[in-house]
Amino acid sequence: MLKDKDRIFQNLYNDLGSDIISAQKRGDWINTKEIISKGRDWIINEVKESQLRGRGGAGFPTGLKWSFAPKEVGSRPHYLVINGDESEPGTCKDRDILRFEPHKLIEGCLIASYAVQAHVCYIYIRGEYFVDGQKLQAAIDDAYEKKLIGKNASGTGWDLDIYIHYGAGAYICGEETALLESIEGNKGQPRLKPPFPALVGLYGCPTIINNVETIAVVPTILRRGGKWFASLGREKNTGTKIFCISGNVNSPCNVEEEMNIPLKELIEVHAGGVVGGWDNLQAVIPGGSSMPLIPKEKCETLTMDFDSLVAEKSGLGTAGVVVINKDQDIIKCMARIARFYKHESCGQCTPCREGSGWMWRMLERMAKGEASKDEIEMLGDVTKQIEGHTICAFGEGSSWPVQGLLRHFKDEIKKRNKFDPIIKENKNIPYLVDQHLLDKNA
Amino acid sequence: MSLKRPAKEQPENFEFSSSSLDIANKVIAKYPKGKQQSAVMDLLYIAQRQNDNWIPLAAMKYIAKILDMPYIKVYEVATFYSMYNLSPVGKYFVQVCTTTPCMIRGANKLVEACKEKISENESELSPDKNCSWMEVECLGACVNAPMMQINDEYYEDLNKEKTLEILDTILKGDTPKAGSYRGRVNNEPENNRKTLMEFKNA
Repeated sequence: MLKDKDRIFQNLYNDLGSDIISAQKRGDWINTKEIISKGRDWIINEVKESQLRGRGGAGFPTGLKWSFAPKEVGSRPHYLVINGDESEPGTCKDRDILRFEPHKLIEGCLIASYAVQAHVCYIYIRGEYFVDGQKLQAAIDDAYEKKLIGKNASGTGWDLDIYIHYGAGAYICGEETALLESIEGNKGQPRLKPPFPALVGLYGCPTIINNVETIAVVPTILRRGGKWFASLGREKNTGTKIFCISGNVNSPCNVEEEMNIPLKELIEVHAGGVVGGWDNLQAVIPGGSSMPLIPKEKCETLTMDFDSLVAEKSGLGTAGVVVINKDQDIIKCMARIARFYKHESCGQCTPCREGSGWMWRMLERMAKGEASKDEIEMLGDVTKQIEGHTICAFGEGSSWPVQGLLRHFKDEIKKRNKFDPIIKENKNIPYLVDQHLLDKNA
Repeated sequence: MSLKRPAKEQPENFEFSSSSLDIANKVIAKYPKGKQQSAVMDLLYIAQRQNDNWIPLAAMKYIAKILDMPYIKVYEVATFYSMYNLSPVGKYFVQVCTTTPCMIRGANKLVEACKEKISENESELSPDKNCSWMEVECLGACVNAPMMQINDEYYEDLNKEKTLEILDTILKGDTPKAGSYRGRVNNEPENNRKTLMEFKNA
């Protein structure tokens, strides 16, 4: 288990208070000026050396991302945008940072803004977190009052303004370009890339977008050194991460742990074990709903980091671990996730808009045992038609969980759905996926 | 994409109150000159708060005028995002999360409670027109599942009995205490804490 002194978020459970005085006692804002005086290149190099990867899901190296910002500020100002639109089912880590460790985030904003030469930083928070956003706003106001941000922030000579922008309940706004559209006052539909936001982002200006957790760990990395961070976890999967363990466990919780921790340790030690014992485990979704589930056999030995989960054809995503035990109907669980994606598709690309609804309706039928045998293959085909054919990664996010279900629980679906294919019954419209709806109305 | 329809009965006029206008001006100042359109989301919220939790079409027209943008673009934003209510939802708006992490911990019991206490169907006002409920997608409090949101506050670690109690309280016109209903402190593992022990109860 990670030693307590190596935990970055000492106030994860709000034992110590989130106000600025308590935060300073924990070491925030202590030598910000000194860190910034070491210069942009030093900061970016140190972050590169720490091998910090983005905590928002994709796991892109943060130092590399920062180095994409233009070296000189041209006619267009630079922006820093913090992505706090946490909406991935199974994930609730950013909320705790916003309400209990706001000063880690604000200090991180100052350092990151300096590194990418931005004078304005927008923090995008999902609209449902209004109360937590108010707490962050209070922390920002305190920081202004103490001259830690604002004009000549912390005495560094750098000016920085931080504003909160509330979302309004759209999952897709967690996608970085949709988030920019949303800040610009449009509906949140992702943009085509390239151009990448680092060159053409918010208001057409160079913009760096990072997750809340990514930015909040930066000050600690710079204080304790990139080498310290890189010494935790393993090569290319370094540091600590907040894991959210939810679902059928005895004590669901958020916990900060080292990367590469065994999944079994996470569930058994921190979350009090699976409800009904380890043998009652059915499957685990390792990284938020869009990552394919992992069946019990593999959970025994699995370690939680970006690369080892990719090797299992899944992903760490946001590290929202959803534990599903044998009391649950796994097809129904996935059907509910498919409904989530159907609801949240922005409607821009046809494969995703139409396909997400197809997947949901087919899975609902499969859960009830009303599907025909050939539909199992057809469902797999639909996921392949969506994946890779959309502007943003939502297509992958919605089809991967279904593919995971088909990969590991095909027998379960086959056992339940024994109808002969519709085409053999000589129906009028054999290619129609929604045939059953017509039949009911007939 | 979710379907949203504006209410049939619409007020003819809408204007910000002076306090709303103050907040609106502060919001507009957050964005660069000429980019005032960015404030549209916040202004819609302000309108929603002022107008008993829902946004009439007149408010969209009013906001379009303030921000100097086409009405249809405001309409587009208001219909795209799910948190803008385009028809009355009552003074207490209950949102029950039923996405998988909540579902497997019994969110359907919360839905049952809402059906018993508030109204048979979702998005339907209670008999006294003070309250309505709906199922929503993940609210981002998965380790506190099952949970629901009433107006701005989160009510966590619920079961059917606790939900009925909370709904009784709001139907009486009071605001219940937010947070965990199993006595848990924030997101710590209940009775099983292994980390940061020296700070616990410090």
